[in-house]
This record gives sequence, C-alpha cells and structure tokens, in this order.
Amino acid sequence: MSKFFALIGSYFLLMRKVFTKPDRFSETWKQFVIELEKVGVLSVPLVAIVSIFIGAVITLQTSYNLTSPFIPKMYVGYMTRETMLLEFSSTMIALILAGKIGSSIASEIGTMRITEQIDAMEIMGVNSANYLILPKICAATIFNPLLTLLSFSIGLLGGWLIVTITGVVMPEQYEEGIRYAFQPYYVVYAIIKMAVFNFIITSVSAFYGYYAKGGSRDVGRAATNGIVNCSLCILISNLILTHVLL
Amino acid sequence: MIKVNHLYKSFDGRLVLEDVSVVFDACKTNLIIGASGSGKTVLLKSLVGLHDADSGEIWFDDIQYNTLSFAGKKKMRQKVGLLFQSSALFDFATVEENIMFPMNMFTGWSRAEKLERVNFCLQRVRLENVNHLYPSALSGGMQKRVGIARAIALNPRYLFCDEPNSGLDPRTSIVIDELIHEITHEFGMTTIINTHDMNSVLEIGEKVIFIYEGKKCWEGANNEILRTDNAELNRFVFASKMAQQLRIKN
Repeated sequence: MSKFFALIGSYFLLMRKVFTKPDRFSETWKQFVIELEKVGVLSVPLVAIVSIFIGAVITLQTSYNLTSPFIPKMYVGYMTRETMLLEFSSTMIALILAGKIGSSIASEIGTMRITEQIDAMEIMGVNSANYLILPKICAATIFNPLLTLLSFSIGLLGGWLIVTITGVVMPEQYEEGIRYAFQPYYVVYAIIKMAVFNFIITSVSAFYGYYAKGGSRDVGRAATNGIVNCSLCILISNLILTHVLL
Repeated sequence: MIKVNHLYKSFDGRLVLEDVSVVFDACKTNLIIGASGSGKTVLLKSLVGLHDADSGEIWFDDIQYNTLSFAGKKKMRQKVGLLFQSSALFDFATVEENIMFPMNMFTGWSRAEKLERVNFCLQRVRLENVNHLYPSALSGGMQKRVGIARAIALNPRYLFCDEPNSGLDPRTSIVIDELIHEITHEFGMTTIINTHDMNSVLEIGEKVIFIYEGKKCWEGANNEILRTDNAELNRFVFASKMAQQLRIKN
C-alpha cells in the first residue's frame, strides 16, 4: 500500500516539475508543434480506419437485433450515433491511443533516461520534465479531442455506407435516426472526456518513461506499465466523468 | 577551483563515499581514478548534483553548490559542462542542433551567432562537415568529440568528464585526452575527469586522486604515481603480472 502512495506521490511531484514556467517559451512552442504532429496528426489514419469499420459494424449489429416491427428502423441510425458519440469515439479511441501514443512516449522518454540524455539536459540547467513532457501533454489534450469529432463523423459515414451497400435499412431511415433527438451537450461531454483521457495517456506514460531504470528490457517494461496503467486510469475516470457530467 | 569537504554518500544504507575531502585545481586536468565500483562515478555525479550528498560540502570557487536552492543550482549548472561516458547526445537532433541546444535554451543569440559558435566548437574538437549528421551516423570517437563541443558551447568554467575514453582505441583515447587538456588550459576551466585508463593518467594527470572503497586513498601528480609506496594504488596501477615484474626489475 505504501508503494502505491509513493507512486502517486512521485507522479504528482513530476507533474509539479512539468507544470512550471518553461525555460524558453519559443523552444517549448517548437516542441509543441512537433508533438502536435506526432501525437495528433499521425493518429488520424488509425482513428479513421477503426471508426469507419466500427461505425459499419454497430449499424449492422443494431439492424440485425431490431427485429420487432413495432420499433422504427430509423432507430438503427439513432443507436449508431449514440454509441459512437457516448462511448466509442471518446473512450474506445482513447484506449486505442493509449496503446499507440502511450507506448511511444514511455519508450522514447525511457530510452532518453537510460542513455543519460535526460541527465545531460539537467546538467545544462534545463528542466527536462518541463521541456520533454509539457509539449506532449498540451498537444494531446488540445488536439486529440478533435479526433473524437473525426471518429464520430467517420463512424456515422461507415454506418451510412453499409446501409447503402447492404440495404439492411433504407439510407433515408438511417439519416432520420442520426438527426433524431440529438443533444448537442453529448458532443461537449465526449470532447471533455477525450481531453481528460489524453491528459492521462500522456502524463502517465511519460511518468513511467521518466523514471525508467536499467536497460532495454526495463524500457519495454516501462512502456507496458505505462499502457496498462493509462488504460486503468481511463476506465476509472470514464466512470467518474459519466457520473458527474451526465 | 572546486573544493570538497567531508563528503558522505550512501545508497540503501550502503556507504559509497566516506569522508572524501579534496581540492580540484583551476586550469588543471584533475583526474579521479579507481577500480570499478570504487565510488568515482558517484563522486562525479555528486559534484555536479545528479546525486545529493548525505553530508559534506561542495564548493565551486566561493559558492557552496550543494546547499543552493533549485533555482540557484539551475543557474550554476549553466557554468558546468559534462561529457558523459555514453556521450549522451540527443538522438532526435543533428550534431548542429545538439551543440546549439544550450544556446537555444539560455542565450538570446541570433541564429547566425549560434551557428558561428557551433562551427567554432566543432573546429575546436577537429570535426568538420558533420553539422547535419545524426549521432547514430558517427563513430564512438566522433560522438565523444561532439559531446565535448556541446559541453564547451557556453564556455563553462567547470568541465566534468565521465570516463571519456571508454570504448575507444588507445590512439583515439590519446586524441580525446589531449583535446580535453588543451581546452582546459585555453579556456581556464577546472576540469575533472573520471577514468581508469592509465594512459590518460600518465598523459594528462596534472592532479590525480585515487579513490579506494569510497575513500580518498592517494593524491598527487602523474609523475609521482609510478614511484608511490601506497600499496592499494600500486595494486591498481600495476595490475597485470607483467607490469608487476617490470616494476620489481626497475
């Protein structure tokens, strides 16, 4: 138990080092722009591919399960929209990103730690935690909520394509379902969740990388621990945020 | 000048440095020697602040370094250059970007001024046309030289080198040693080198400190080291049977 509290304490101490005034704002900005591409833009293809298939699959499964003649077929579109918006485009995409971005951050920072590159920065008088981690957190927290909107839109497109191709539901009915009882607040809810999840992904994985010790096997272990704990934190915070925001 | 008074450092209850007191002279290449595990790397890392000493004093000229605040240490570290055993070059950056890094962080120089300084530092370590190469494209010796160029980029007053010759052939080792020696005298730095390479000791050891089991065991110059009566030091210096036989003959 004391180990657990020591771990939590170390995490918050690191965050205190991260959230300080940058040594040189222009350099942090440069890193931020680089990280926007690394953690955000380069995730677009993965998010797009996963979302289009999942959108199509949700549509098909919903239509196969709506067998009652008393339930209008437009509910297929409605269900697809709600599932994508409330859970898939934020939580599931965040779990996928935890694997992609989280492992990359933990192994990158972990390798810098064991090859003494972080020590070299510290010796120069640079706040290495601030220089390396802050741009990643900011880039992911600011940019990646846009991936939620992208995933949502592409998921709905995937559903529309599958109903058009297979004809399980009329495309007009699907479109009607998409528009039915739409609550704009759910978009805000999904964006807030995604921002929080991305903060968790970047900060937790960076924490495990920053305190990596030993050799290449330990960097691998740090990356694995980073992903596992990110995923756990995402699931717990999903529960809390859903209770608080809805 | 760097002065250490009664320095103690332990890890998990195991004493690694015990009552080390020593003065490292300015404008000299000061060498810390000792067997692997003797505590010399811990001493070097304690001096630069990568390890916090349990007790004792570390003075950088007239400033007590180990009691400075985080901000004070940060400011002081801009006067410190460190060459790591592994060179520790940033693998995401080119040679030019590596050397420019401290300038980007701590100076308001224009790009042209920074580039001029980069080229001066590279020229000083006898490297040319490598500006746009990544560290992975360089040999071990070249990486060490880039490490030295980065360490002297901001004209430090104190230069620390952790086993600068490890993994290098004897000829390249001598080149690196001479380079550090020249730079020390040219820029008037206090240089501290951690090594167990006897070639380095004999070549550039203007002041040599021998660490044995965490304690300072001997102190002197390179011309005294072969004639000392210190049994532990003799065991370290004349480690091979052949060296011992030669010593007996002489």
